[in-house]
Amino acid sequence: MHIDKDLVAASATPLVLALLAEGESYGYAILKRVRALSGGELEWTDGMLYPLLHRLRRLGYVTTEWRTPPEGRRRQYYMLTDEGRTALADQRRQWETVTRALNDVWRGPGGLLTAMGEA
Amino acid sequence: MESIESQIAQWREYVADAPGLNGHDVDELEDHLRHQIAELSAAGLTGDEAFLIAVKRLGDLDGLSREFAREHSGRLWKQLLVGAGGAEPVRRESGWFEPLAFAAAAAVVVQIARLAGGFPDDEPNWLFRNAGLFVLPLLAGYFARRRQLDFRAWALTLAPFAAAALVINLYPWDADSATEGLVALHLPVALWFAVAFPYMSGTIRSHEGRMDFVRFTGEWFIYYVLIALGGGVLMGLTAAILEPAGADVEQIAAWVLPSGAAAGVIVAAWLVESKQRVVENMAPVLTMLFTPLFAVMLAGAAVVYAATGLGGAFDRDLVGVFDALLVVVLALVLYGMSARDSSTSPDWMDRIQLVAVVSALVLDVMVLGSMIARIGELGFTPNRTAALGLNLVLLVNLAGAAWLSARFLARRSRLHRLERWQTAYLPIFAVWAAAVVLLLPPLFGFD
Repeated sequence: MHIDKDLVAASATPLVLALLAEGESYGYAILKRVRALSGGELEWTDGMLYPLLHRLRRLGYVTTEWRTPPEGRRRQYYMLTDEGRTALADQRRQWETVTRALNDVWRGPGGLLTAMGEA
Repeated sequence: MESIESQIAQWREYVADAPGLNGHDVDELEDHLRHQIAELSAAGLTGDEAFLIAVKRLGDLDGLSREFAREHSGRLWKQLLVGAGGAEPVRRESGWFEPLAFAAAAAVVVQIARLAGGFPDDEPNWLFRNAGLFVLPLLAGYFARRRQLDFRAWALTLAPFAAAALVINLYPWDADSATEGLVALHLPVALWFAVAFPYMSGTIRSHEGRMDFVRFTGEWFIYYVLIALGGGVLMGLTAAILEPAGADVEQIAAWVLPSGAAAGVIVAAWLVESKQRVVENMAPVLTMLFTPLFAVMLAGAAVVYAATGLGGAFDRDLVGVFDALLVVVLALVLYGMSARDSSTSPDWMDRIQLVAVVSALVLDVMVLGSMIARIGELGFTPNRTAALGLNLVLLVNLAGAAWLSARFLARRSRLHRLERWQTAYLPIFAVWAAAVVLLLPPLFGFD
């Protein structure tokens, strides 16, 4: 299945924030998690992850630290900040609203009417 | 594995040349590449295959460098000049002809004004009052052309200059007017901010664009000083050589100096943009060199003044000196910030900068106290008002900067906030300079 480029781009920020909410991580590990989570359906150009991460850092959603793990090379770790958590919660509400609306529509005219009736 | 290592080294060299990426970015991408190669090799691919796929997955370099440059707008100018992808409608290297034409025009305008005023034998006031208007409109026009602004943006670029020219020449100045002298001093500053409009292609609300303009200002200043120094040496030697031959050196200086000073404004602006890499390496070093020196000087002065009680007995003229001092401290802080990689955590330079700012604040509060006492005694004059106003504008800015940078050092705030404070504050400087030009003269009856 091909997922539209705009959709991939729009979902990238909440996805990365959500992954970092699970704990600090670095570029390659984040990308691997995204691939695994989406079963390879979300096709990212690997390099584009880094400008995105740097933007999150500029906005104060993540902080970074260069560290050398005992077995590996020096690399940059990303950690979610409190502001990042707030942003994630906000993003989550937005996406839930969108998916709920889409679900209601796709359940058919009955589904839509039921939803409107409940409201 | 040897061949893989050399391939990675080659890739690194190639990527490092891309605009928008710095060394840390390349480190990060290399780490990614190595992970990917290791994983693909573990899955059974040969070294070459793994390398090719890993590079391919990183994405094409043009797009990548554009994304990096967009995110790190401080590095964006490289993108624009190198023209890697042509994402922005900015003209590429226009060669030396265009800036030279503008520089020559500036030189001619200054000469015409000089001859009309009979300078240096005669020193008419209108010449000094209008000094800012001889060169800066040409600088604005140069940027408007380079940024290929449309008709509306051209009109907006030239409007402040036309308005300033009208106002300062229609005001009925008194003879030996103090406010006229203040206009001569403040008009170039106000017009410099007017140059920001074409420099930023009209996007004056963009904080990143404003930071770019701050960086441009600092680097322009360095280039201009260097050109002036070189020009001074040239003039000195010319005089030494021609004087024995009986040439009228003063006459030569009257022709060469004003023209050179005017043309230098345009040439320095052109150099900042076309030889950016040179000054970009030099300017942070100069900032790093002088910030600690100023910090030591200011901290020492603050202690001495406070201990000896000199603070209460400030001479009136000293306020002008302190204004100049605060401007220099602010310039160092601003430029240091614009040249700083905003992603790094606080380091010793940030601490030293804070020491400089706090010492300057302590000194300034003492000056301000005596200044206000004096005004309470003797009332407002144009000079006192201008000095006091500038002092307050700078004081608020530096106090805000000190507070935010202390919070940044305590890791309670981000550098981003501090940058925003400064970029949001820039219009206040512009408004103050414009107010001195436009409002102060009528307020004091053009005295």
